[in-house]
Amino acid sequence: MKVGVLALQGAFREHERIFSSLGAETVLVKKVEHLDSLDGLVIPGGESTSIGRLLREYHLIEPIRELAADGFPVFGTCAGMIVLAKRIHGGEEPHLSLMDMEVDRNSFGRQRESFEAELDIREIGEEPFPAVFIRAPHVVEVGEGVTILARYQDRVVGVREGNLLALSFHPELTDDTRLHQYFLKLIEGRARVTV
Amino acid sequence: MAKTGTEVVKRGMAEMQKGGVIMDVVTPEQAKIAEAAGACAVMALERVPSDIRAAGGVARMADPTIVEQVMKAVSIPVMAKCRIGHIVEARVLEAMGVDYIDESEVLTPADDKFHINKREFTVPFVCGARDLGEALRRIAEGASMIRTKGEPGTGNIVEAVKHQRMMQAQIRKVQAMSEDELVAEAKNLGAPYELLLEVHRLGKLPVVNFAAGGVATPADAALMMELGSDGVFVGSGIFKSENPEKFARAIVQATTHYQDYELIAELSKGLGTAMKGIDLNTLRDEERMAVRGW
Repeated sequence: MKVGVLALQGAFREHERIFSSLGAETVLVKKVEHLDSLDGLVIPGGESTSIGRLLREYHLIEPIRELAADGFPVFGTCAGMIVLAKRIHGGEEPHLSLMDMEVDRNSFGRQRESFEAELDIREIGEEPFPAVFIRAPHVVEVGEGVTILARYQDRVVGVREGNLLALSFHPELTDDTRLHQYFLKLIEGRARVTV
Repeated sequence: MAKTGTEVVKRGMAEMQKGGVIMDVVTPEQAKIAEAAGACAVMALERVPSDIRAAGGVARMADPTIVEQVMKAVSIPVMAKCRIGHIVEARVLEAMGVDYIDESEVLTPADDKFHINKREFTVPFVCGARDLGEALRRIAEGASMIRTKGEPGTGNIVEAVKHQRMMQAQIRKVQAMSEDELVAEAKNLGAPYELLLEVHRLGKLPVVNFAAGGVATPADAALMMELGSDGVFVGSGIFKSENPEKFARAIVQATTHYQDYELIAELSKGLGTAMKGIDLNTLRDEERMAVRGW
């Protein structure tokens, strides 16, 4: 299994490290040609404006959208969630515009308000997940096809829409690999369907 | 239930900056140019380092009005500088909601013996270092991010190269040592043993390590990435160049694609004049900023 990690800016090495530890092959994606023969793609945490700018500069938006429309799994964390959203609160121009949801950037406040908290996420088991929120976004509203995976207090912080997975927090900064395994299962599920 | 200001949260914030460019700005307009060019954060200042050099006198924390205006102008993180050891300037910046504090040798030190105990703060800190010992002393005090000192405001990359090469060489040496040799090395470097042990195991610093101090062109930024930096600070290099917008965009792209030399050639075409720069041999000892801090 070959997982691409978008490596324009941000914490891409951490995702690479976790997927490698789970036995997946990883490819750092900086240009369109790096998308060849991937089974899934991760959009890491970082600054969504930097990542968005570089996605456009290197003409990555359309190729990724085409892959995703075809059922290709994509997993976004923090900035990656913003990059995946169809609507950004405040009217900022969306980036990949793939998931039917509106997100609010930096919705928990500035860095001094960044925090760690434990979340209950049924899909990955009973054990709470140690979530790290850094200047994190949250999901304001979702369309019909979107399943809510996680909430923190009254805010939606984890969602799935078919082959697309998005989290407000950073599983790549912890040693808990369950959400990365969950994404690998999405990839496996797709492989079975297409075979 | 929610825990703020933890080591994971403070270091994690710097992890998100990796592969990016942090730009010095002195007005909200400059901050917007930096954000539009793809900067991953801005450093709000009253003067860029080359102007601090030119102005002379005591350089202090920026006027909070400027910091506040920059915070309002952009959605990316905003950093600001306080003087080495100036606990109150740091507390003021924290109270204002600045996202990261640079306890910086670019300003005139307020304490000639002690740096700030950064563990006591909720806001994370970045500090400059010339070698591994200095980096680990800052991390022991609670710095969540390290950058080379370089020689700020000179547009001359030689000191940043020297500092990054020194750090990387020392890290490789420590990595190859046996654990019993590390105790003597800790004494030698003036670094805490536990942190040295962490470097030995990880093969890198336990926090993000950026380049700073003298980056003036896209090729300079790519050079620092090639030497193992996690990202780049650009001070005077952007807004003291002939065409800040073009320089900013080109430096961001060169940092991401630092091994794509054809692209860097393209990016470097027709940029106009870079900041003028200073030959370090012409600086008097007291004009050197990198020697501030201990």
